[in-house]
Amino acid sequence: MCGIVGILVRDPALEGDLGQYFSTMLEEMTARGPDSAGLAIYDRGVDANATRYSLRTDNPSANWSAVKAEVESATGASATIEINGHVAFLTTSAPTAEVHSALAASEEQIIVVGEGHAMSLIKDVGLPGEICERYDVSDVKGYMALGHTRMATESAVTIDGAHPFSPRPDLALVHNGSFSNHATIRRQLADAGVHCITQNDTEVCAQYIGWRMAEGDTLEDAMRHVLKEFDGFFTLVVSTQNAFSVVRDAFACKPMVVAETDQYVAVASEYHALAGLPGIENARVFEPQPEEIHTWTV
Amino acid sequence: MTATTESITLDVHEMGVTEVNRALRALPDGSSATLTQIRGAHNLAVGLTNKIHITVEGSTGYYLGGLCDGPDITVNGSPGPGLGENLMSGTIRVNGNSSSAAGATAHGGLIIVSGDVSSRAAISFKGGTLAVAGDCGHMSAFMAQAGTLLIGGNAGESLGDSLYEAVVYVGGKVRSLGADARTEDLTEADVAKVRELIEKSGFDHINPENVTKVASAKQLYNFDALKNQRY
Repeated sequence: MCGIVGILVRDPALEGDLGQYFSTMLEEMTARGPDSAGLAIYDRGVDANATRYSLRTDNPSANWSAVKAEVESATGASATIEINGHVAFLTTSAPTAEVHSALAASEEQIIVVGEGHAMSLIKDVGLPGEICERYDVSDVKGYMALGHTRMATESAVTIDGAHPFSPRPDLALVHNGSFSNHATIRRQLADAGVHCITQNDTEVCAQYIGWRMAEGDTLEDAMRHVLKEFDGFFTLVVSTQNAFSVVRDAFACKPMVVAETDQYVAVASEYHALAGLPGIENARVFEPQPEEIHTWTV
Repeated sequence: MTATTESITLDVHEMGVTEVNRALRALPDGSSATLTQIRGAHNLAVGLTNKIHITVEGSTGYYLGGLCDGPDITVNGSPGPGLGENLMSGTIRVNGNSSSAAGATAHGGLIIVSGDVSSRAAISFKGGTLAVAGDCGHMSAFMAQAGTLLIGGNAGESLGDSLYEAVVYVGGKVRSLGADARTEDLTEADVAKVRELIEKSGFDHINPENVTKVASAKQLYNFDALKNQRY
């Protein structure tokens, strides 16, 4: 079991309240995934030529200001940093490869969990409600959010094992289910030069989609390849800067409910996560059928 | 002394599911209850044996009316997975759609859905009846042992896979049949049965003489030792 929630706001008036709606949705999925949670929020806050890096560290006394200074001195470009405990968002227009080497060289044990123009990604271990509170999720603003509550089955309860997984800029993937051929595909990806960081089955799927899209697939094409290549149970939601896409495997054992109104499109593993959204009574509510790919664009 | 009947309204959000179910269980036969502020709650009105009428005002989560042996339930909303799971008797009428596994393993009772139902409807039926006005998702009536599934609209893939004695009637198209399921000619008894279900459900868009009957081809199913026994 795991819980999935996602919302894409169509009415800009709702963007200011995104965090409030989204944190409620995520918390409603606690029973499906009480061991860890993660979220990707999309906003319009970053300049087109800048990239925001979602960072975390396991070092409790990490000096984030030092990290910022290290990146600035290594790249020669200015950076801003927004700090929230173990998590920080570093924004700079320096070349990506240079930023990555500067972060890798830092003594503060920095892990880049995601990056992009629009996405901020947070994941942590604990109850979804505690994680929302820890990172002030109810205050965030934005046009789209994707979240996951995890009940671990295929790998350990660690921050690395928490979803979303982000294999390429502004892309986030969450998964409810388990893949049975992930070891095979992990080896195939390695042969193609794509290396997974964790032992987690979902990361393999995320890396696979990232690889397909790097090879030129659209998001929908990549999802079609997932249906062809992956064996197991899955409901997947994948978001990019401009779209999000949902697919369920041929058996469709893992649930998914979609609610669509003029103001938003929202998805959740169970309806009660959507019950607090405005106008839900009159929303078009449906379940994606097996192997149907549904995509909504911003 | 005869208990007097009651008519109550229960706020699910305020009371919580356990207290709502406790209050429903305590009602004398003939009483009625309306459930409000549902917000997708799971396990509402389960395991009840009293003959009461329950109106559910909103969409629910998993297992609404599961294991019931007595009450009649009306839902103005769309229930989640496992509607009326293992129903023993009574009627559940849904004014909306239903999620997957509607009526799973039901031994008896009647479930009527005015909209569509999702995958695996009537899975492992053991004698229940499910009437759906609209379409039915894939793998419906999978391993259904006894009972009736009436689909007013179209049926999804693998309808009636590994059927036993249960029978399916489809008003629209069948996307594909499951293993060991086949279509059969309608008998007078079939037409009468469908007509009776149409009367009960009010689904008069279905023509009882123009439905597709799906039953077991009995190539996988041949438990001869049990042939003359009830099971």
